[in-house]
Amino acid sequence: MTFTSAWHGALGGALIGLAASIALLSHGRIAGISGTLGRAIERDDDGGFGFRIAFLAGMIAVGFLAYLASPAAIGAPAAGTPLLVVAGLLVGFGTTLANGCTSGHGVCGLSRGSSRSLVAVGTFMATAAITVAIARAVTA
Amino acid sequence: MSRSNVTTPVGVAVATGALFALGLLISGMADPAKVIGFLDLGGGAWDPTLAFVMGGAILVHAPLARLIRARRAPLLGRRFHEPPRSRVDRRIVVGAAIFGIGWGLSGYCPGPALVGAAALATPALAFVGAMLVGIAAARYLTR
Repeated sequence: MTFTSAWHGALGGALIGLAASIALLSHGRIAGISGTLGRAIERDDDGGFGFRIAFLAGMIAVGFLAYLASPAAIGAPAAGTPLLVVAGLLVGFGTTLANGCTSGHGVCGLSRGSSRSLVAVGTFMATAAITVAIARAVTA
Repeated sequence: MSRSNVTTPVGVAVATGALFALGLLISGMADPAKVIGFLDLGGGAWDPTLAFVMGGAILVHAPLARLIRARRAPLLGRRFHEPPRSRVDRRIVVGAAIFGIGWGLSGYCPGPALVGAAALATPALAFVGAMLVGIAAARYLTR
């Protein structure tokens, strides 16, 4: 990592924290992506459907614009389709059981000082690091 | 509801999602290789960027969220929607453990996966499709 990478990380992180704050201030909603997606596809009847679809559309639109502006702005997938299908199933299933992912627990939950989120973050960081270590050993 | 009563909340929500995705892109977290570089502790070239991203996000959000929650209600809604659960139970540990395995295999968590899929690469689209199936399955099994 270079100094630029750390600086970009902190700046991008600050924007993510700002976006989460605006979601809370404007709509009273937690900007957790797995929950936002899950409640959107289930059409959770709590009056938040419009917010969720609009928020997700804004995310995807920026991703697409970044791709049009500079395809390299979005990193290439790190694995092939079969492995990513397995990973996607695990991520969707796990984040739903845990009621949150890196944004809901990692950003919003830790910001609130939630012990539940601290346990979640410690757990998914640990199993992710172990998985990467095993993948490295297998492919070496 | 009048037209402006609908367009303002929708416009703010679109802009908020856009800002969130911009943060992911600027921080480098839309690139699975950088995420795996953080998770790869034994690789010899550890990339701590993800820690700066989470740190930056929490430094901004923690004080702002405290101020915002002191209000009676949000600006465009009736109430603050709190997280559904508060206990540390087996379910959150098991769920987080499963999520971590998928995260380590792919370098994608839900936000970066959505942004990555917008580049229309087949593996990223397949990941998002499978993630939606996983979400639906877990919601069905736990309802």
